[in-house]
Amino acid sequence: MTSNYYITSYCQIKNQQISLNGNVVFQDESEVFSDFIKNAYKAEETKYPKFFKMDNLSKLAFLAADILLKNENLDTEIQNNIAVVFSNNAASLDTDRMHQEAIQDKSNYFPSPAVFVYTLPNICIGEISIRYKLFSENSFFIFERFNAEHLVTYATSLLDSDKANQVLCGWVNFDNNQYEAFLYLVSKNGTAAHTKEHITTLYNT
Amino acid sequence: MSNVFVSYNNIVSALGFTSQTVVQNIQNEKSGLERIHDTSVLPDPFYSALIDSEILEKEFQKLQPKLAFTRLEKMMLTSLNLVISESKIDINERVGLIISTTKGNIDALDSGNPFPAERSYLHALGNTIRDFFNFKNDAIIVSNACVSGILAVAIAKRYISQNIYDHVFVVGGDVISQFILSGFNSFQALSDEPCKPYDANRTGINIGEVAAAVLVTKDVNYLASESVEILGESSCNDANHISGPSRTGEGLYRSIESALKQAKVKPSEIDYISAHGTATPFNDEMEAIAFNRSGLEHVPLNSLKGYLGHTLGASGLLETIVGMHSLHNNTLYASKGFETLGVSLPLNIIKSTKKNKSLHRFLKTASGFGGCNTAVIFKKLSN
Repeated sequence: MTSNYYITSYCQIKNQQISLNGNVVFQDESEVFSDFIKNAYKAEETKYPKFFKMDNLSKLAFLAADILLKNENLDTEIQNNIAVVFSNNAASLDTDRMHQEAIQDKSNYFPSPAVFVYTLPNICIGEISIRYKLFSENSFFIFERFNAEHLVTYATSLLDSDKANQVLCGWVNFDNNQYEAFLYLVSKNGTAAHTKEHITTLYNT
Repeated sequence: MSNVFVSYNNIVSALGFTSQTVVQNIQNEKSGLERIHDTSVLPDPFYSALIDSEILEKEFQKLQPKLAFTRLEKMMLTSLNLVISESKIDINERVGLIISTTKGNIDALDSGNPFPAERSYLHALGNTIRDFFNFKNDAIIVSNACVSGILAVAIAKRYISQNIYDHVFVVGGDVISQFILSGFNSFQALSDEPCKPYDANRTGINIGEVAAAVLVTKDVNYLASESVEILGESSCNDANHISGPSRTGEGLYRSIESALKQAKVKPSEIDYISAHGTATPFNDEMEAIAFNRSGLEHVPLNSLKGYLGHTLGASGLLETIVGMHSLHNNTLYASKGFETLGVSLPLNIIKSTKKNKSLHRFLKTASGFGGCNTAVIFKKLSN
């Protein structure tokens, strides 16, 4: 499969470790996600207080996107037409379970708008769009497992039709304290081919 | 690049189980909304448009199911079955399946629900629908808040344009659940009367339930008489707030501009807008700002939420289908619940259902949590 587009950078968060373009940039002994991600936030000098209001999925997606995009040295004064195309297995089920707990027992009924708003997987895209002023195409897909073929098709469609200049793609999943983020940036210039095979190789490393 | 069309279609709802029946009821300005007091779902009374469970069961049994299915699955399978059989398409490797939903089988998380909690995974819903009809490809599930239904149509077009599929079946749906109602209620977004989009006295949303399905195809041999061509589509983010609409209508305005550009259509060539119109104060105001920025304030516009409520992941698909029939019937349907303009800028809200000499093009828009917006422009077939 040939492609006119290129993968210019990628970021992974899993197993208490964060890597950017294959190089480890942070690792931590914390086995609980909330501790791990807070330590990573500090170490990466993220400086974005809204981060602490986010749910687990948004924290995971936001930090991966922030580490990747910060490294791009984007000029946020100009508008960057970067589309965001994310996917995962569990949608927002981690936060859904919290909302369900708050309504399950009629004698202890306390649904909260601050929790309910995060019961949609695409909210994490909204958080990243706010941070980087991305007024661009965005979509969240659910698949049983990582689906490189789909991501290639959809990113190619957005670039072919000039809906976006770059596409931030990937997989962000949070379920039962298990977390995994793999994000990559697709651009019109570069060296690493934007193919299903290459993406699968990066995902599996 | 070949043209892409929305063709055969179906709606399963409180106003009927075929698109024709639903459109006829809308033409008669009949609403499916009614007052419901069910403390197992919400402590206070609310308005909704619920699908009649007995009729749903009767229609679903015609499919001769062999397994146990959830209410949402019954709705979606019933709706999609009619579209597949009407279109007479052989389901092979070149046929895709797209599912749009916000919460899927979320009610399976409830400890009192007879289905296991694992059923709440959206890919499980995808596999259920794929297997029922023997689709050769996995379902592509779109869960992008309240734009999911219309975005799914745009995604179907993009898959066909990329030459991955020749035909795509799109099915959308969400059910009324304690999960959803308690959440919207915690936002104080629910109205305690039938909703009144764009009206000065609007007091919020009614949540309804619908399943809707369409065939999206590039093959002119598979077109229903009410088919429309997809001329342009776009989905832009507000980059402003995760739960509040933009004060400038930024994402919606950009979506409309981008869709117009791709469609090569001028605002004056849009004959009708099928808007989102949830009847919350901020959403309707945001839309008025965006439509004015795009020079669309004179175009006849309605919100269909006064008929079936806000049907979440189905709404964009449902409203696209009604829009197709609106063009086909050359009829503009009343924006039910509207009396006096209650937004700060002019809009041409359709007050009563009326025949129009000829309608050619319509714009469908939607907006949702996460700052997402989608706009799609459709054109009626010339003969």
